[in-house]
Amino acid sequence: MRGTQIAALTAGHPAGLTDALNLVEGLDAALTRGLARVGDEDAAALAGLAGALATTPLANLVAEAVDKIIAGSGAHEYVAALAGARSAVFGAVHDALLGQVDVAFERSRAPWAPVPPAAPDEVSPAAPGEMSPALAGARAWLSEVAVTGWRGVNHELVAGAGSAVEAALAVPELRRLAVLLDGLAAELRACVPVARMPQLPQRRWADLWSRGVLLAQETAAGDTALSVAERVSGRLLPLAVDVHEHDTAVQFQVHALLEPAGGGPPRLVRTAVGAAKVDSIVGPALWRLLPAQSVLLAALAQRRGVLVSDVPIRGADVYWQDDRARLDEPVDPFAAARVLLPGALAAAPHPVDRHPAGIAEPVLIEGYAVSAQEGGLTVELDGHRLAVAVDRLPSCGPLTPELVAASTACLGLLRWDAGQWLLQPVAVQATVKRKIVAVHTGDWACGVTDAKAAKADAKAGDAVLVLRERAGRLLRR
Amino acid sequence: MADVDDAGWAGRSMARVVAPARPRKLAKVPFVELAEGRLQGVVSSGSDVGRVYVSSITANTHAYHCSTNNNRPCGGLGGAPCKHLQTLANEAVLQYGLERVARYLRVEPDASTNTGAELLHGLNARHEPSSAAVVFSRFLRYLSYLEVPGSTTPLPELHWFPSTRVAS
Repeated sequence: MRGTQIAALTAGHPAGLTDALNLVEGLDAALTRGLARVGDEDAAALAGLAGALATTPLANLVAEAVDKIIAGSGAHEYVAALAGARSAVFGAVHDALLGQVDVAFERSRAPWAPVPPAAPDEVSPAAPGEMSPALAGARAWLSEVAVTGWRGVNHELVAGAGSAVEAALAVPELRRLAVLLDGLAAELRACVPVARMPQLPQRRWADLWSRGVLLAQETAAGDTALSVAERVSGRLLPLAVDVHEHDTAVQFQVHALLEPAGGGPPRLVRTAVGAAKVDSIVGPALWRLLPAQSVLLAALAQRRGVLVSDVPIRGADVYWQDDRARLDEPVDPFAAARVLLPGALAAAPHPVDRHPAGIAEPVLIEGYAVSAQEGGLTVELDGHRLAVAVDRLPSCGPLTPELVAASTACLGLLRWDAGQWLLQPVAVQATVKRKIVAVHTGDWACGVTDAKAAKADAKAGDAVLVLRERAGRLLRR
Repeated sequence: MADVDDAGWAGRSMARVVAPARPRKLAKVPFVELAEGRLQGVVSSGSDVGRVYVSSITANTHAYHCSTNNNRPCGGLGGAPCKHLQTLANEAVLQYGLERVARYLRVEPDASTNTGAELLHGLNARHEPSSAAVVFSRFLRYLSYLEVPGSTTPLPELHWFPSTRVAS
């Protein structure tokens, strides 16, 4: 990454961004107060949203929904139309921002390739015309939340999410919905009574709510089904691992370059593996939740390439199959990024996933200066500055803010939130005790390699083991 | 809710709402939670590996109870919270931090309060029997997460939930 590329991102917002965010903010305020009784201000905001979508295919749907909601209806179809409208606005924002990245980095990006609709029995676990109880439960809860408003959320309403989560978790196709609802409900639970909070994370909760509503529609999962994926073989060069977690879920998303076996330019891809967990499993113990992904973990810990054969891929997402992967030669991710990243072919996400929060574009930045200010870090290159997302350094790896501050080269993911581009470090080269060391978020994938941290990890005991022992004794009865 | 005074917080998709649980040893108290208006959890018996105690204290009334999972009352409830409740409160403070536990129980800890047991000591708490079944079934459900199979399908929504280092 060059200073001029930072400048291209930070010099100005894409056209219309502020207007789009204002539309969303109006809806988010209405969701905070609840849709049960829509006041004048919220009615104006909803009407504004409908007006903005008047030239889109959603026009009639949203206009009718807004009329009905202002008149007092909380029916799911109208509430869902609002979620669709909000997602469409953020989809446009996403596209504009990603376009900014692609221009700045001259990154080529393959568009999402839609597939013809699959047969109904492949789309939904329920028979046609009959909604699955898990979806129905999720919809009912999401509608109730919207009608009540975040301010009105109490213990009873939060508890109501429990059965929806449980039902969704039991259906593998609905894992996304289950994980989302569980994460949102845990936050609400921690904030009850919400009415007493001085300020609400209303953008965030509305993001999660509207994505949840989309995932609770019958057709949501169909286009990502494995049955429609293309298949690839080739050499995978891991660049970085991005770790996501909430109380009951963890996901390791590996960003990598794929050199297709048949030749052609390398592809910028991702592969994700995850597990269910509980809140007290944190830190390096997270890696131990993935015993079935030993090739991937070894590739991360040993910084090696992986040969994959005939694995499914949709857009940029390689569906990981550990039994179709074997370890290859060592790869220096910094060298791979330096040589191959500029010419790699990226891919657009699934249309439903078009939201700025999902933007995570791998970049390499070198020769910068780091400065600490206002409790955060900033990198500066040729006089152009980029804030560092230090709060995205994962608990299960060795990368610390101190290492980032001492670094001279960084593999990062470009992120965007609240009007600002951010650099999320996933690997750094830093000078420690006058020696240059490379530190990656995935270094501890096969166990903690730092003596001090290993001791702390051992002292905490094996949470997974203790809980499995308890489960073994108590669940048998 | 550390960033709650930040003017930009409400407009951030990635606003951090809940601090991650802090690591703690799980052998004594495999399960503690702030939920359903109670601080509640499960404490392993010191003498019998097959037995657990279910302990809880209600947030707004400070009514407490402790019993085995078969509803046999704990023998240590002599007019004050038993050692299981104290251990539970201590572990809750380790996991969530004193501030969050105190806020949930709607108490203002004074400067000399550091542990969960000290927090309980400062309450005007009273004993009131309650059923262990509700809490115990939540514990079993909690354990059942460990039986859910792993996934190799991307979960894009987890981008809203970045892993973060525990604030030191």
